[in-house]
Amino acid sequence: MIGVEHYIVVSAILFVLGVLGIFLNRKNIIVILMAIELILLSVNLNLVAFSAFLHDLTGQIFAMFVLTVAAGEAAIGLAILVIYFRGRGTIAVDDVNRMKG
Amino acid sequence: MIQTLAFYLFATLVVASGAITILARNPVHSVLWLIVAFFNGAGLMVLVGAEFIAMLLVIVYVGAVAVLFLFVVMMLDIDFAELRSGFVKNFPLGFALALVLLTELILGVGAYRAGAMKLGTPDGTAATGLGTSNIEAIGALLYSRYLFLFEASGIILLVAMIGAIVLTHRERKDSRGQNISQQVRRRPQDATRNMSPGVGQGVEL
Repeated sequence: MIGVEHYIVVSAILFVLGVLGIFLNRKNIIVILMAIELILLSVNLNLVAFSAFLHDLTGQIFAMFVLTVAAGEAAIGLAILVIYFRGRGTIAVDDVNRMKG
Repeated sequence: MIQTLAFYLFATLVVASGAITILARNPVHSVLWLIVAFFNGAGLMVLVGAEFIAMLLVIVYVGAVAVLFLFVVMMLDIDFAELRSGFVKNFPLGFALALVLLTELILGVGAYRAGAMKLGTPDGTAATGLGTSNIEAIGALLYSRYLFLFEASGIILLVAMIGAIVLTHRERKDSRGQNISQQVRRRPQDATRNMSPGVGQGVEL
């Protein structure tokens, strides 16, 4: 029988994959944003699994709010990426520190 | 039995497609594998009876966010090979850190399984009602107890939408806009003349 531990392990692996993705693709901000989406998916999985196994709907409600924030974050992040690319012609995040001032 | 089988199928696929997402050479492939990961995550959620969140995940992520990613990846003309240059150099440290993190997380689950810890008990105010469907119960809770949070999330989406438009909108200098007040102010007598030219003489404008 599938217990809550199985779900926790799956979402832990997914979370670690997301963190690893941020480390590996340090220059490519699009893949970094996708890795953040993976992390948020693992969080949602965790919330839904606990909600289901504790017979309490609060986790699913909060998963919805996480989804909302993730969608807004992706939209704003990609908008910033587009204007950054327009001004600079590259998306390498190594030299973003030149953006100040 | 079928539930166990489905769980392992979805779990394997979600982990595998997540791994390909972060390892793929081509970001377009990354986006497509991210879509596969979200579908399988939604499958995992359906297995525990959270159909509404699962459908929301498919609609919001696959329908909107992944398409947005795909759109941006294809719209920007980027040399992705150059962006991958630090990949091999970062791999050992990143992998070691990920391994440490995973070990810690799994140790935590092992400690829970050993029985020393207890999960918190819900207070019962948001209990899943017997006989009501998942979406019904979520709706009843969302529009009563979490109403203000729900409206706040609506405001977040509105701000994100306006922000994205303000950030990416640019005024084109070579395009000729429409001056509506000028158009409305224009009267027939300014624009037309009544003439009666003689035969074969034509009109001088």
